[in-house]
Amino acid sequence: MGARGERQRHLRFGRLRFGRLRPGRLMLRLAPPLALIVLAVPLAFGVLGTVLPALGYLPALGGTRLTLAPFAELLAQPGIVRSSIQALLIGLATTAVSLVLVAGFVCAWYGTRAFAFIQHLVSPLLAVPHAAAAFGFAFMIAPSGYLARLVSPWATGWERPPDWLIVNDPAGLALIAGLVLKEVPFLLLVTLAALPQVPATRAQELSQSLGYGLLAGFMFTVWPALYRQIRLAVFAVIAYASANVDVAIILGPTTPETLPVRLVGWMNDPDLSMRFMACAGAVLQIGVTATAIAIWVAMERAMHILAERVCETGRRFRRDGAMRMLAGAAMTVQALLVFGGLAILALWSVSGLWQFPDALPANLSLRSWKQSLPVLAGPLATTIIVGVAATAISLAIALACLQRENETGRTGGNRALALVYLPLLVPQIGFLFGLQLLLVAADADANWAALIGAHVIFVLPYVFLSLSAPWRAYDRRYEAIAAALGATTGRIFWRVRLPMLTRAVLAASAVGFAVSVGQYLPTLLVGAGRFPTITTEAVALGSGGNRRVIGVYAFLQMMLPFIGFVLAGLVPALLFRNRRAIRGV
Amino acid sequence: MKPLSCTIALTASLAAAAFPALAETPDPADWEAVLAAAEGQKVYFNAWGGSTQINAYIDWIGDRLAERHDIDLVHVKLDDTANAVSTVVAEKAAGRDEGGSIDLIWINGENFASMKRQGLLFAPDWTTKLPNWAFVDHETKPTITVDFTVPTDGLESPWGMAKMVFFHDSARTDAADLPDGAAELLEWARANPGRFSYPQPPDFVGSSFLKQVLIETVDDPSVLQAPVVEAEFEAVTEPLFDYLDALHPHLWRSARTFPKDYPSMSQLLADGELDITFAFNPAEASNAIANQLLPETVRSFTFSGGTLANTHFVAIPYNANAKAGALVTANLLLSPEAQARKQDPEVWGDPTVLAMDKLSEEDRARFEALDLGIATLRPDELGPSLAEPHPSWMTRIEEKWAARYAVGN
Repeated sequence: MGARGERQRHLRFGRLRFGRLRPGRLMLRLAPPLALIVLAVPLAFGVLGTVLPALGYLPALGGTRLTLAPFAELLAQPGIVRSSIQALLIGLATTAVSLVLVAGFVCAWYGTRAFAFIQHLVSPLLAVPHAAAAFGFAFMIAPSGYLARLVSPWATGWERPPDWLIVNDPAGLALIAGLVLKEVPFLLLVTLAALPQVPATRAQELSQSLGYGLLAGFMFTVWPALYRQIRLAVFAVIAYASANVDVAIILGPTTPETLPVRLVGWMNDPDLSMRFMACAGAVLQIGVTATAIAIWVAMERAMHILAERVCETGRRFRRDGAMRMLAGAAMTVQALLVFGGLAILALWSVSGLWQFPDALPANLSLRSWKQSLPVLAGPLATTIIVGVAATAISLAIALACLQRENETGRTGGNRALALVYLPLLVPQIGFLFGLQLLLVAADADANWAALIGAHVIFVLPYVFLSLSAPWRAYDRRYEAIAAALGATTGRIFWRVRLPMLTRAVLAASAVGFAVSVGQYLPTLLVGAGRFPTITTEAVALGSGGNRRVIGVYAFLQMMLPFIGFVLAGLVPALLFRNRRAIRGV
Repeated sequence: MKPLSCTIALTASLAAAAFPALAETPDPADWEAVLAAAEGQKVYFNAWGGSTQINAYIDWIGDRLAERHDIDLVHVKLDDTANAVSTVVAEKAAGRDEGGSIDLIWINGENFASMKRQGLLFAPDWTTKLPNWAFVDHETKPTITVDFTVPTDGLESPWGMAKMVFFHDSARTDAADLPDGAAELLEWARANPGRFSYPQPPDFVGSSFLKQVLIETVDDPSVLQAPVVEAEFEAVTEPLFDYLDALHPHLWRSARTFPKDYPSMSQLLADGELDITFAFNPAEASNAIANQLLPETVRSFTFSGGTLANTHFVAIPYNANAKAGALVTANLLLSPEAQARKQDPEVWGDPTVLAMDKLSEEDRARFEALDLGIATLRPDELGPSLAEPHPSWMTRIEEKWAARYAVGN
């Protein structure tokens, strides 16, 4: 090839066409359809496998004709309306509170030094499994919890805990708070990832030059564009919070339980006919989540109109100091609550007798660890094996998709993004029930492949989302130079791009592993109880049981992702100890 | 694939397909053959997993099985034993008549009755053919052969004895003020609001509390020994629900939420949130003291009119994959060594099903050496035993309870 040909080749870089497909290329070309299969096919079959039994059709259990009887039975359940409305309101309230906290914080503090500080404080919370955070929170706020112990008896006069209903309250306030603790870090990180795509700094300067306060200026100029970018993530929060099972088991109401918790109970009931009703309930759950999202969209409209009205008054809201302090304080307090809760969990796990109102245990003891560790080895191994496998598969698919995108220059746009978000937007129960029934019918339940596959459905979106931003931001001139030196695309990928993006790849892996560690429902349903993990074991303990044991489980549950992130930080430092720029330190 | 390797693969898969058929239906009367067949098997033991001490004990059993019989015991921890029943039901419906996913279930009461009725249990009588059955006290302990009024017919092997016992912290509550019966308990709760509760049914200890009150309040307890007569259900249970209506406003959290299970109640007793708790194991308090979960001042008491008592068992599903392994496990659970360890309050504290006079001197010494703990009542202090009602009562009471109290009022 002459000099001209070479130049043409790298000018056309990104749209290369190959006459002959080598295996590697074939794999790349197949990656996007593969991602589609991994995400959408189980989802579609799962929903179908849920809807058909809901209509009475499940030949394996003797249901051969379509009927609405399961729905009639469902509606006859005591307290079903209350359970459903609870799920709806909890979904909406969690999302509203989380979004207000994130929006308030970002708008009030963007571009300041405190912003970076609080951002670093909150970010690690994303990796804390929901159940561990919920346990820690329960140990903080219960009437016999740590906060009450700190102020008793000297300030409160309590020699014994007051009979106050805080955890497991019928209104679900504790559950909402517990969910908010975990959804805020998620929304914050999604928002931070979207920030570079909007001209935030310039808009901020403009609004300030017009005399607006920091908070109002950002809210009026940047937030609308930013919100458009994170809208899918917000919907995912609604779907998650309205259909959550594990946090609801720990913190949620019990008389009755929220809809998703009751559904899982029915799905496991000895009375087989309950499965039809459970599936009808799962369809109801999809309806509840869809309704919540519809209500949210209506609220978006209302907020939009309201914001416009306020904006048109021309008020500058310059005295926003108190509001800004509040926004920053709320963020800090919620991070400290989680960290405090985790510290208390760790302390309980090594405590001996620790009675109210003592602020510290009477004696320390490794008894709980000694008793638990032999029993924990199996679940721990399962957690790690499934987490590593699901992360590796997700990473391979995500990398191949992104590389394919890199070569074709097509990102797939919003449709691809919606696909990635799909498993996060459909309530887990809505398709996991059907998936489990299909797997049982195919005699393929309770095996490693099915379990890892089920985890990939939830891990892949997070790996893809966290990898795509650095991947797309990569300076492609490095690749152009390598191509000019005669390197093939394969070689460029393996020797140039991938090593330079090692940090991003490892960070995405750590996120993926953390997501896998935290999975409760897929592990429980697809694993058919045969594959206990640290998470399923921890949630099974509930919030009221032996705090030392809960401490051990929740501490381990929290340590696993933490170790993942530490490794993700250490490996590049070792690999590239003589490559300062890649190391990024 | 080459022809030779093809043949090998074919033979291997044929052998794999044929093997379960060969391993099926071991004959417990031929114990040597059972031991041989059990070797190398993986036994899935589905057992309630809510207590760390019990889980650790099952883990210890697993270690012994691995050492002595090369059996890999997997404890599948259940929230509710009904889940295991549901699995077997689903497998039967799906036509999985062999190679089922559960080999052994910790069971009694309505779950046993339901599995027996539906023909879901390994049959016929295998329990009396276990070598260690020779030590079982089936003569003086009637609940070993009649489980909640349903004859066991050798379909479930006894594992431990249970009796409802109440606990209090003598440092906080005076033993003289303690209630002696359901009626006094209601008065006590009125005087001590927020300091008593029971696990939310269908938790088995919570449901047992309902049965205790039912037996104490019903006009004629003998009707409970027969299945529920639908037309009379409301009338028979009216005193129970009147009692609960009166009790609930004075319960912990005003009965707007309930403890999850009895270990949760022990935690609440330690925290000073509850003053009276109970469990289905007379040694629960001593066990909790030994594990530093409760202070050493906790003591036990029962009702002089008697409290509910029963036996808990293990059973093998009809489609279990490792029946031989399950038989060996059931037999080990009945061994004097395992039973003595189980009765040790440091380990679990669950009373034995064995008859002391049937044991060798050496084995009897294992039991005599046990310190039952400061908070455990002596057998003669445990009071009379009340017989379990027919299982249909529990099912119907749980349903009525849920419809009445778990709908958010």
